[in-house]
Amino acid sequence: MTEAATTTRPAEVTGTLTTMPLGRALNAGMRAALAADDHVLLMGEDIGRLGGVFRVTEGLQAEFGEQRVLDTPLAESGIIGTAIGLAMAGFRPVVEIQFDGFVFPGFDQITTQLAKLTNRSEGRLQMPVVIRIPYGGHIGAVEHHQESPEAYFTHTAGLRVVSPSTANDAYWMIQDAIASPDPVVFLEPKAKYWAKGEVDTASRAVPLHASRVVRRGTDVTLVGHGAMVTTLLQAAALAEGEGTSCEVVDLRSLSPIDYGPILDSVRRTGRMVYAQEAPGFTSVGSEVAATVMERAFYALEAPVLRVSGFDVPFPPAKLEGVYLPDADRILEAVDRVLAH
Amino acid sequence: MIPPDDPALVRILAADGSYAPTPAAEPYLEIVDALPDADLEQFYRDMANSRAFDRQATHLQRQGQLALWPPSFGQEAAQVGSARATRTQDHIFPSYREHVVCTIRGVDPVDIIRLMRGLTHSGWDAADPKNGNTRPYTLVLGAHTLHATGYGMGLVFDGRTATGEPERDEAVIVYYGDGASSQGDVHEAMVFAASYRVPQVFFLQNNQWAISVPVATQSRTPLHLRAAGYMPSILVDGNDVLASYAVTKRALDEARAGDGPRAIEAMTYRMGAHTTSDDPTKYRTSDEEQSWTLRDPLVRMRAFLQARGASDAFFADVDAEAQALADDVRTRTNALGTIPAESMFAHVYSDPHPLVAEQRAWLADYEASFEEGAS
Repeated sequence: MTEAATTTRPAEVTGTLTTMPLGRALNAGMRAALAADDHVLLMGEDIGRLGGVFRVTEGLQAEFGEQRVLDTPLAESGIIGTAIGLAMAGFRPVVEIQFDGFVFPGFDQITTQLAKLTNRSEGRLQMPVVIRIPYGGHIGAVEHHQESPEAYFTHTAGLRVVSPSTANDAYWMIQDAIASPDPVVFLEPKAKYWAKGEVDTASRAVPLHASRVVRRGTDVTLVGHGAMVTTLLQAAALAEGEGTSCEVVDLRSLSPIDYGPILDSVRRTGRMVYAQEAPGFTSVGSEVAATVMERAFYALEAPVLRVSGFDVPFPPAKLEGVYLPDADRILEAVDRVLAH
Repeated sequence: MIPPDDPALVRILAADGSYAPTPAAEPYLEIVDALPDADLEQFYRDMANSRAFDRQATHLQRQGQLALWPPSFGQEAAQVGSARATRTQDHIFPSYREHVVCTIRGVDPVDIIRLMRGLTHSGWDAADPKNGNTRPYTLVLGAHTLHATGYGMGLVFDGRTATGEPERDEAVIVYYGDGASSQGDVHEAMVFAASYRVPQVFFLQNNQWAISVPVATQSRTPLHLRAAGYMPSILVDGNDVLASYAVTKRALDEARAGDGPRAIEAMTYRMGAHTTSDDPTKYRTSDEEQSWTLRDPLVRMRAFLQARGASDAFFADVDAEAQALADDVRTRTNALGTIPAESMFAHVYSDPHPLVAEQRAWLADYEASFEEGAS
């Protein structure tokens, strides 16, 4: 295929590793899945000829045809509802929701139908449907284009929820999500679509639902997912300059949550801060904090703190820098846990 | 209410059972005229069985054996006619009141009972050949219309329809009601079905009432004209089993042949309550109910068969079979056991999930702790 010059640039191959932006890694992962199984379908608004508003599916319709990469009518419930029917007929649909705030017209089909059909059918039906959602802020966009809706989905039994933070994870996690017999809500940190990273196309680093330590440290455990992992690493670098050693854990999977690396880390550091773009009330960070308190209570030297978006609607873009947790707000929480 | 002079209405049997086709029914007469007597008798037998089962299930709910029952009383002709028009290879997506559609396709009536008794969320396996490709009920109104459309898209993509061999072409039929017709999902299903030329029949039973809200509040436009914005749409007398059969048969044939989706509005009446939790005396008049009693689909078909010479022995046999069915349902319902608590943890996911596994283990230990304490 030909790769047009767009926001997602062609891959740069170096030895066995390939350097590419996260969005291009998703594209490569989906291309591999489409090539491996002729019942993998991509569905969504503007994903065919245009390649999606973020160009993540660019070139795939030209390569695999209009019956494998479907430009759908503009109706989210319709997209997800028909994806369910296609899964019943033996297909593995991969749905693109154009923006986080646009998923809600399809919310009923995701939560009352997709999530429950395997259970409702007593295991006779599998629902291998992936719902890709570009999510989160940092792009200065208008209302409904910068939200972090993960808690709605982690609260719903029957769904799996994951979010990659690197190009390598994007490449492998999208393929693992497509291979899953269960529905997967796949949250793509849109701010990271253009962030380049090394992709090892030969073998995956860790399983889909594993959390992972991405920076070693001894004083405070910092945990987060998606684009926030970058901010946590920035905070850890700044903290190091002030003599504080932070360990950073990338959650990767929001449901189920792999607590092993988190608890192991907290038992060593005794302190933890969770950072997230989403509002903090009944959030993924709340769940992780509660579980760490239940399971590592005697290892804790300080209360687990959460640094979150405020519990207000996502503000107009000129205020996103105030709303979204940055390295300074994370370090403020680090100071507080260290003060104990 | 059916406007008596609506020129679009397909009706073959008048309310008194006489053969009196409307002008709109003319194109369908060849289908009905080709039916052998045995089929006509089977339609009546199906309707009688349906009514007996439905009455028995309503009694069972009143006696505390079921959590809920949505009666199909009054809608037998629309359901039997449409279900008998399907082919073995077709796929059925019912709503939650299509009891006789399901049983005609092979579903055990006690499997429907198990759902309404609180023993299962589904009751039967659509993939088991004995169930005739019948999907379990969906209680969120209209949501399943999209599943049917998606399934039909799969038929198109897999080349399982419009092959030029009508004997193997597959289609889907989805059932919904006048209330559900207001749901966005129904309209989105029609958009997608039309866009991808899905071999699908949208079968709307207009039973006049969405619980307590009359159809006039759902739409200022006749419902079949709404559907006509998306696809060819037909208005049929849903209390006429022959007309219901004929229009569905042709619509399915056209869908299987690759002509795209079709919509049918079957005008009927819910003679019972919405469910056993409902009280229709609070919102509708006995005059209205009486006017529909005069159009009872079973009475109509019985009169038609009698006029054709069906014997008293035939009707006695039908009644005996219906009674035997109802008795069998009662016996087997009363023999239904319960389900183990741990079953709620099964099949939440297809692949293992640590949180569910942990909670299942916790509950088992918790329950075992009581047994140990007692010993």
